[in-house]
Amino acid sequence: MTVPLLDVHDLTIAFPAARPVRNLSFSVAGGETVAIVGESGSGKSLTALALMRLLPGAARISTGRISFDGQDLAVLREPAMRKVRGARLAMIFQEPMTSLNPVLTIGAQIVDVLRLHENLSRQAARARAIELLDLVRVADPHRRIDDYPHRLSGGMRQRVMIAIAVACGPRLLIADEPTTALDVTIQAQVLDLLDGLRRDLGMGLLLITHDLGVVGQWADRVVVMYAGRKVEEGVPEVILHRPRHPYTEGLLAASPRTAEGSSYRDGLLREIRGSIASAAGEQGCPFRPRCPKAAPDCGHAPPPAVVVEPGHLAACPVLNPPEARDAVA
Amino acid sequence: MPLLEVTELQTHYATSRGLLKAVDGVSFTVSAGESVGLVGESGCGKSTLGKAILGLAPVTGGVVRFDSEAVSRLGGRARKPFRRRMQMIFQDPYGSLNPRHSIGDILAAPLAVHGIGKAGERRDRVARILAQVGLPADSIHRYPHEFSGGQRQRIGIARALILDPDLVICDEPVSALDLSIQAQIINLLVSLKGEFGLSFLFISHDLSVVRYFSDRVLVMYLGVIVESATAGQLWSRPLHPYTRALIAAVPDPARRRQSAPLDGDLPGPQDVPAGCRFHPRCPLASDRCRVEAPLPRTWAPGHDVTCHHADEALRAPAQP
Repeated sequence: MTVPLLDVHDLTIAFPAARPVRNLSFSVAGGETVAIVGESGSGKSLTALALMRLLPGAARISTGRISFDGQDLAVLREPAMRKVRGARLAMIFQEPMTSLNPVLTIGAQIVDVLRLHENLSRQAARARAIELLDLVRVADPHRRIDDYPHRLSGGMRQRVMIAIAVACGPRLLIADEPTTALDVTIQAQVLDLLDGLRRDLGMGLLLITHDLGVVGQWADRVVVMYAGRKVEEGVPEVILHRPRHPYTEGLLAASPRTAEGSSYRDGLLREIRGSIASAAGEQGCPFRPRCPKAAPDCGHAPPPAVVVEPGHLAACPVLNPPEARDAVA
Repeated sequence: MPLLEVTELQTHYATSRGLLKAVDGVSFTVSAGESVGLVGESGCGKSTLGKAILGLAPVTGGVVRFDSEAVSRLGGRARKPFRRRMQMIFQDPYGSLNPRHSIGDILAAPLAVHGIGKAGERRDRVARILAQVGLPADSIHRYPHEFSGGQRQRIGIARALILDPDLVICDEPVSALDLSIQAQIINLLVSLKGEFGLSFLFISHDLSVVRYFSDRVLVMYLGVIVESATAGQLWSRPLHPYTRALIAAVPDPARRRQSAPLDGDLPGPQDVPAGCRFHPRCPLASDRCRVEAPLPRTWAPGHDVTCHHADEALRAPAQP
């Protein structure tokens, strides 16, 4: 058993009045793409920020370990973290428009990162920046490098963000909804680019998304989050075709994408009633207020994620009686 | 007689850098009770088209007929009765509700504008529409910030439907919502469609949502419709290379790690390519495409395509 590149164990993120991520554990191996899926309020983006140690001021990591490349990021002091962040561990965000500085050329922003982490002359950094733009398939990088962000399309800006993120050859790249703001054709280009970089640079890729189609096409493993907790984990073939958690099942059924060939004339979509806000203050399973299969026991304590078959975890006692599913594996 | 008939519609803007042709000669119809989807990438002009139909963007050429009346040629007062019958639902339920107005005021405003009912009747109407869109009755005293995204979209739907319109234009109505909430709102629209006898023009970049909600689909590229067909025809036999690329770009677990099907960005409407507008990104582009703009032709009943090489697209290897 090799040591994973990133091993998050029992992570809890606390605000003074709430704990939006609770007891979360997952890992990412080098060269692997792990997707975290969930809707707004699931805690997926906060998890990413915690890994980068960029949590908003009021939030803190209250328990847990973030083992990355031999260090525990959860307790690393800020000066040491600064050497990790942007170098071995990098992140791209949903909104490339607001993540780039509008008054600096894209070249200046790439050069900044290179000179911060690597001992490069200005000239060498610029040459490297042009290489990076070429790597992320920005056409005509010699000319583009002196452009300001507003001159670029949304897809091009996300490519520039990716160039900045991979400038120092990170071991792990966190991509938080990297294509949500983009058109489907551009989304395909950007995901293809990220996957190529993962392969060529041997990076781990932590892909945070709400899109089950993206998960199915690009991820090696999926972690489904709901209201701050991991409710299911497995390979996409299993999660998308025989999910065990009622939330995952509900998401798939609610998606018009997976309802192949269906039309509103044939019947309504299967909805998940209510909203994620109903999980607030819930003592038991966070999904209980919306769950069609909720049993009286579900209100007592949040169910732990248990192995339902090799490589497949689910946190639901109703669908997963302890003796069940041994035969499946 | 279609409910809505759009003929050679143009919305051109004069800018300092020349003419910006946001909508450049679009024709289609929406029949009573029909749901027509409009798909395309951002910047293709689909939102402008929706607004131009409602008179919220200028019509610089062509005509919009609603119930046989050329509404795009009517002035403010003469147009008003038609405005009641054509309503819009916007993408952003946050940006399209005034944060300082209570839900009761927001929903009563259209009734007041059109002089419908007395105060008491308006209150009843507001209470009834709240129930119809699935919001609690006490919502009237509350303000937009007290509602979640899905609930705010219900308010937007209530505001559009309180005037009992015939046609509703939805511009990305579920794009800002989480998947579980998206299904709730789509189901609500389907139910209300039956209840109110509505026709829809459903604008979205999300092909799976459009496929589910539409009887017929228009595919728009750089200001023009490049293909129109029933939802069934379009997905079983997409003819335009752009339609095929759009469908192929939808993430699909069946295509593990397959590379991107379409290169390049949508050009701006200020530099519309000569010939076929799609030729710089088209895998089938020939010399003819670079100089001669294709005209729409009918491939099968109800299935039109604007492409010189639609037959070759059909012979090309099938989508995996």
